Amino acid sequence: MNSWIFSSPPSKKCAAMHELSIVASLFEILEDKAKEQKAKKIILVKLKVGKLSGLVSDCLQTAFDAYKKETLAEDSKLEIEDIPVKVRCQKCQAEIVIDDFILACPKCGSEELRILEGTELLLEKIEMEI
Amino acid sequence: MGKKEILVLEEILGSNKKVASEIRKKLEEKGILTINLLSSPGSGKTTLLERIAERLNQKYKMAVIEGDIETERDAERIRAKGVPAWQIITGGACHLEAKMVAKIFSKIPPDINFLFIENVGNLVCPASYDLGENLRCVLLSTPEGDDKSKKYPKAFITSDCLIITKADLLPFLSFSIARAKKEALEINPRLKIFVTSALSGEGVDELLDFFLSSLQKMRSHA
Repeated sequence: MNSWIFSSPPSKKCAAMHELSIVASLFEILEDKAKEQKAKKIILVKLKVGKLSGLVSDCLQTAFDAYKKETLAEDSKLEIEDIPVKVRCQKCQAEIVIDDFILACPKCGSEELRILEGTELLLEKIEMEI
Repeated sequence: MGKKEILVLEEILGSNKKVASEIRKKLEEKGILTINLLSSPGSGKTTLLERIAERLNQKYKMAVIEGDIETERDAERIRAKGVPAWQIITGGACHLEAKMVAKIFSKIPPDINFLFIENVGNLVCPASYDLGENLRCVLLSTPEGDDKSKKYPKAFITSDCLIITKADLLPFLSFSIARAKKEALEINPRLKIFVTSALSGEGVDELLDFFLSSLQKMRSHA
């Protein structure tokens, strides 16, 4: 999986792969926060990644590890919490956690489903050494 | 020296969303409907835009932002139709981001009705980036197969409209329009679906009617 990333280290300016471009945006926030807190280094970064975000945790991890070199986060750990997809039926108000795509509410058959969770891509918290 | 934990709860692509919202607001104020076209490479985005340009020319004005990893080719094709077009060469990046569109913003003539943004050919990454569009359209060409929506769900889930292209090739392929529609609607029931052929012109007028009614809707809400 993503073997090219090992054979040719990605440039930080060019986001040639989806997860890498997301990690580049993540590092913009990390740099701001570290500056704000006058942090010496970043120890832990925790993300919440929805199943419908279109991102793969393993690929994010690989991209993070490639990107963090020579930054304040060089020795940091990335923790990713995968968020399942949760929908609410607009008709019977049932809340359902789904694995696959569904067309209709399994309880009442209505097709009016609203996605409550599962699309997010959040930086939840950062642990730093100050 | 001590440890400190800070709770951030920020969207990682929040800065892109912010720029996109500003672009959308400014374009809406000018009465311009913005349409972001997503698809895999070679599905016919530029050719569809050429057909749209030919048909819109009489009554409505359009402009096009072209995104590609390399070359000005697509922008040149659009300019040949008498339509203003700007090429964003990403130099490797696999999608357009709102700040790239923002750089072109000052060049967009205020008297146009439609701004089309042709994204980099890729069904994955462009789906994550709001460019300030009012409508997102995903194209699926018949040679690609009718099973793509569930394989690349995000592009289809985040779109308003699915444009099936190259319908003139249907007699030679096993592509089923009914199956493509069913699969796409299963993951996004609000998708408007158009079956088009840039070669015969099939479906292009219906698509334009949809863009025009979306423009009118946007203006009546302004």
